[in-house]
Amino acid sequence: MARINLDHIRHAYGEKPKSEADYALKEVHHEWNDGGAYALLGPSGCGKTTLLNIISGLLQPSEGRILFDGKDVTYLSTQERNIAQVFQFPVIYDTMTVYDNLAFPLRNRGVAEPEVDRRVREILEMIDLAGWAKKTARGLTADQKQKISLGRGLVRSDVNAILFDEPLTVIDPHMKWVLRSQLKKLHRQFGFTMVYVTHDQTEALTFADKVVVMYDGQIVQIGTPAELFEKPSHTFVGYFIGSPGMNVLPAAIDGSAVRVGEETITLDYAPAVSAGAKTELGIRPEFITLSREGMPVSIGKVEDIGRQKIVRAEFVGKPIAIVVPEDGEIPADPHVTFDPAAINIYADSWRVGREG
Amino acid sequence: MNKTWNNKAWFMVLPVLLLVAFSAVIPLMTVVNYSVQDTFGNNAFFWAGTDWFAQVLASDRFWEALGRNLLFSAIILALEIPLGILIALNMPKKGLGVPVCLVLMALPLLIPWNVVGTIWQVFGRVDIGLLGRVLDGIGFDYNYVNDVFDAWVTLIVMDVWHWTSLVVLLCYAGLVSIPEAYYQAAKIDGASRWAVFRYIQLPKMKRVLLIAFLLRFMDSFMIYTEPFVVTGGGPGNSTTFLSIDLVKMAIGQFDLGPAAAMSIIYFLIILLLSWIFYTVMTSSDDQA
Repeated sequence: MARINLDHIRHAYGEKPKSEADYALKEVHHEWNDGGAYALLGPSGCGKTTLLNIISGLLQPSEGRILFDGKDVTYLSTQERNIAQVFQFPVIYDTMTVYDNLAFPLRNRGVAEPEVDRRVREILEMIDLAGWAKKTARGLTADQKQKISLGRGLVRSDVNAILFDEPLTVIDPHMKWVLRSQLKKLHRQFGFTMVYVTHDQTEALTFADKVVVMYDGQIVQIGTPAELFEKPSHTFVGYFIGSPGMNVLPAAIDGSAVRVGEETITLDYAPAVSAGAKTELGIRPEFITLSREGMPVSIGKVEDIGRQKIVRAEFVGKPIAIVVPEDGEIPADPHVTFDPAAINIYADSWRVGREG
Repeated sequence: MNKTWNNKAWFMVLPVLLLVAFSAVIPLMTVVNYSVQDTFGNNAFFWAGTDWFAQVLASDRFWEALGRNLLFSAIILALEIPLGILIALNMPKKGLGVPVCLVLMALPLLIPWNVVGTIWQVFGRVDIGLLGRVLDGIGFDYNYVNDVFDAWVTLIVMDVWHWTSLVVLLCYAGLVSIPEAYYQAAKIDGASRWAVFRYIQLPKMKRVLLIAFLLRFMDSFMIYTEPFVVTGGGPGNSTTFLSIDLVKMAIGQFDLGPAAAMSIIYFLIILLLSWIFYTVMTSSDDQA
């Protein structure tokens, strides 16, 4: 278990990167707490696996240092860093039994056999494969195989961190939920530092204490699920987290007045926007109220998703989404009001706070 | 899919049937025909039953040649399979080295067999051959024409030179199909180089190794051209394999009956051994 420092890390896959665009991972500089559960969330190709492999030591960063508990481990191998990692697709040793698969990382490190047996039995219980211990791993189903991969990651009790690279992709939805709860439980029980890569926001938000949102090779926000929801620091976070994502409308800022189309909304603060920046207003569909008062909208279609309705509407010529409770009425002459506390202002896609 | 039966489909397979008939079935049946009859020329045939088979199986000449074949195949497999795996493991996985290595490996396979024989026949000659002169010059009493051991070594080295590439290429194909994640997982599990080979690479290469093993067994067991060119079966009968003996018997002595019987026995031996190897090597798959 360790505190992980990423000290000005950058990575490019090609030799001699010339411009910023050559970096698969743009500068990352953060400290991750000992015993934290972090999720790296982002679309495919945003650099999250690159960052994970840099932490595990499978990849050496082009620039920067990485420290575990203050000790520089940048040039140490994966073994020396004492890291466990679980991959997207199950990696099992076909010719071994389930039991031997789980014992493999321990035996390679010369752990005494009684201790190996104790750990392996514990993990077998946990991943619910106790009855399969003596079977060869070859004939198992994909999710059983992935459970073995997970188990091999968890079997060592002395690891600095456990890294998961989209480990539940091949697992069916119900099992996903079960395994995720087990991981969560394990985390609480043993306090491993866990880093979990995923492109599934539900997975990230339910697993992690802190979600690290990545986009185009950089970290755009690190925050609790609530922070990501309420104060997305980049419009991408707004789109990516939440379903439907945040409404982002082009806006002109003048002091504390925000002009969207012909409508003007007054905030209780003046956002610090530099001149010439592209300014936008962001509001989540959950914080828009549909009623007979406020600013006029025209309604496109209504999607009933069970507990609530999603109204697709047009506001000042731009499409917006509004979440309406299941029993909420949709007036014939629809108007909307925005909750002022839930409005976020963006300049060149980055959130701006109160001035001063 | 409402009509699954259409007799016109038979016409589609007719060309293949004809080809196989003329290239395999008819020659094979001709051999069977000869093996059970005796002839004194003029197309006059007499029924001989299993006499020729009995005669072949009772002759020392047959058993000695069979023994040489088995020994030769065993040595070839024991050398080429491990050597092939070793080379494949050390070949580069990416970069410019890949095409260079692949071309180098493929070169011996492109050379016609009788040319391979001629190359080594000349290469090993003590009077003008580079290898023969050098060995002679540094004090080895090397002469594949007179010495049984030297003749065998020459044939084995030649076969290893010629065919190890096939094993290398097959193993290499098996190795590059292993996803990178396996090696990464092994690193994280703290596996040694030997454990990576034993638990990842070897199991993944198993299928291609089976093919390599069977191909090299069958080919080495049927070897004809190269020893015929290099040693001609000598010195004495020391490199007279079944194939060489068969040709001597059929064309040299014109003993068509015994030669035909021997062909069939030879064919059945290869079929039987290949089947045994295949069954043994694939049986572990079924346990899972």
